[in-house]
Amino acid sequence: MMDPVIRMEGVRKKYRYFALDNIALELQPGQIMGLIGPNGAGKSTTIRILMGLVHQDQGDVRVLGYRMPAEQIAAKWEIGFASEDMRLYGAMTVRWHMDFIRSIYPRWDEKYAQLLLKRFGLNPEQRIKGLSHGQRVKSTLLLVLARCPRLLVLDEPTTGLDPVARHEILRELSAVMKDEGRSILFSSHNTHDVEQISDQITFIDRGRIIDSMDKEAYLDRWRRLRLEVPLGVELPALPGIIDIRQDGRLAVATANEFVPDLANAYENTGARIQSIENMTLEEIFVANVEHSREEVGA
Amino acid sequence: MLVISQSDKRPIYLQIMEQIKRRIAVGDWAEGHPLPSIRQLAVDLQVSVITVKRAYLELEREGVIITQQGKGSRVTATAGIGLKLQHEELQKHLEQVARLSMLLGVKPRELESRLREVSDNITAKEKS
Repeated sequence: MMDPVIRMEGVRKKYRYFALDNIALELQPGQIMGLIGPNGAGKSTTIRILMGLVHQDQGDVRVLGYRMPAEQIAAKWEIGFASEDMRLYGAMTVRWHMDFIRSIYPRWDEKYAQLLLKRFGLNPEQRIKGLSHGQRVKSTLLLVLARCPRLLVLDEPTTGLDPVARHEILRELSAVMKDEGRSILFSSHNTHDVEQISDQITFIDRGRIIDSMDKEAYLDRWRRLRLEVPLGVELPALPGIIDIRQDGRLAVATANEFVPDLANAYENTGARIQSIENMTLEEIFVANVEHSREEVGA
Repeated sequence: MLVISQSDKRPIYLQIMEQIKRRIAVGDWAEGHPLPSIRQLAVDLQVSVITVKRAYLELEREGVIITQQGKGSRVTATAGIGLKLQHEELQKHLEQVARLSMLLGVKPRELESRLREVSDNITAKEKS
């Protein structure tokens, strides 16, 4: 097994009104990890700690084998980082920025940069201040992509983009993965993006990691069961079921750890299974956040 | 209480229709039972009014519900509507079985005996 490109262990960071608590995650080379969670969950703070921009109070952070934040200068040669609050120079052109980055990073791939200009529909002679939000986001991504870094760390790369621009960005991110030595970590609250391209999903809420695992396995654990229940029978709360809504003779149960035995157990109470449905990541997102808040509240 | 599924690729109005029919078929909503107003259901399910309206229109066309101007919608007064819907459901499954059998070249006579076998198995299981 190769060394993980990202490893966080027991990471804590306390602010006055918010705390990251015991964050642990691992990303293997050649994989895309999607970091999802509601606003204010701690996605950006986690990414900033990874990049050495925020120093953790406790815990071990290694990125490409470098200890963060101590070895962040060496690490940053091999990491492409983009976030919303990165500023380009408004008075300068896209081309000027490309030449600037190219002069710093020896692995800059000019042919790829030209291709991206075309694919993103960007005019290199245009000044940054004249660009739309979407064009700025695409310019920023072009500048990190053309450096061909081993690890891309992208904070909300698709936020505020129209569907066509989102599609272009996702296609380029997937294309990066043709090279199995490269990896991507990106955050998003767009569950469709995460569902589409990630290999790993890490789910954060209120500063805690709720789940961090293989996407397919994760989606597979969740099911919605529709049941017909005889009058007078109340469905029992079984382990693995996080929500039951029963109304008259019909019920809908949500499972976060589905096994076929669950369906059998309900049938033994006299209920009839009408259907067992898969759920989209968005439905899981909402159910998961509601459930974790109920638990915290209890 | 209806629950719409995002992973279900069918249009939402069909899901609404199916779930209302199910509610009638199991007997939770008897003949003449009032349905939630179109607006109320749209709010509850977080879908557009036009989607719910479409579901109600189709249900009315199929004779499952009746809508009266200003009075809202009710399950039709036709006796045995629940049972009728259950039989419609059964009919749909039978048609699917028949189609699949033709595709596989299973003759009606063989289908008959296999159906009897399945029935017997279920009866035996439920007795035990």
